Amino acid sequence: MKKIKKIKIRLNGSFKFVKDNTNLSDLLKTLKIPLKKVAIEFNQQILDKKKLNKQILRNNDKIEIVHFIGGG
Amino acid sequence: MKQDKFIIAGRNFKSRLIVGTGKYKSMSQCAKAVKLSGASIVTVAVRRVNITDKKKALLMDYIDPKKITYLPNTAGCFNSKDALRTLRLAREIGGWKLVKLEVLGDKKNLFPEIIETLKSTEVLSKEGFKVMVYCNDDPLMAKRLENAGACAIMPLAAPIGSGLGIQNQTNIKIIRKQTKLPLIIDAGLGQASDATIAMELGCDGVLVNTAIAKAKKPLDMALAFKNAVISGRQSYLSGRIQKNLMGSASSPLKGII
Repeated sequence: MKKIKKIKIRLNGSFKFVKDNTNLSDLLKTLKIPLKKVAIEFNQQILDKKKLNKQILRNNDKIEIVHFIGGG
Repeated sequence: MKQDKFIIAGRNFKSRLIVGTGKYKSMSQCAKAVKLSGASIVTVAVRRVNITDKKKALLMDYIDPKKITYLPNTAGCFNSKDALRTLRLAREIGGWKLVKLEVLGDKKNLFPEIIETLKSTEVLSKEGFKVMVYCNDDPLMAKRLENAGACAIMPLAAPIGSGLGIQNQTNIKIIRKQTKLPLIIDAGLGQASDATIAMELGCDGVLVNTAIAKAKKPLDMALAFKNAVISGRQSYLSGRIQKNLMGSASSPLKGII
């Protein structure tokens, strides 16, 4: 049986293992992230939410997903 | 009578009371307080999405950004780099250009780091942001922020969350005299009358969070602040009497028996 290769990414500060060659759009779907209510930073760069499926994840990628919360 | 409009960056807002959405017991209490306050603008913070707990209530489910203007802030940022990063992300969520810049300099007193604030104001204005700037009650710095492109000057009354009320009324009056930009007292108010005083000094609005959220009855306090701001504005526009050292009888002296 062929072993599925996994890579390690950093998502909102925590390590996460995902399948190699996963694209960001699939990851966000799995996590059930409401895209309209968030902004995404990929390796310190803000990502256009329309281009998420073009972003293939690699080892050590850093992803930040932010939204609005209560604040003063 | 000329209509009394509250305009920030070309947009007309109905209420002169801006409220924060932090520190409430629950999201639903926050939403109720916002409604009772009559605020047209609420401040919001940008934070990481909780990846593991998906059931956690979302602010946008309680306060509709189509009905109330979200004003993203940079609370928790201690330098220009972090503030810029935060507001660029905020803009990405849904096109927010009207933002509140708040760069802090000290974790205890939460006073603004004004050099970093000035730097950030310049950059953000050039990038097309409409920057409402949290700052000291320092007229010289207020002027520099205005020159750097701020769309509203927001001096503190006292340290954030302190509830001390306006500590330097003279400086606020001087800033009022020197700027035509919206002048909004941000931070440090403790009770409704503090908001009235701010409005009577000629401020265009006030921004309140802790004084409402941490009051014993937040919903009642939200209403109190709403009325206080309206009252203060009316009082300011009505033109107060001169102060006199001596008394002046209200009843006519003629006809005394």
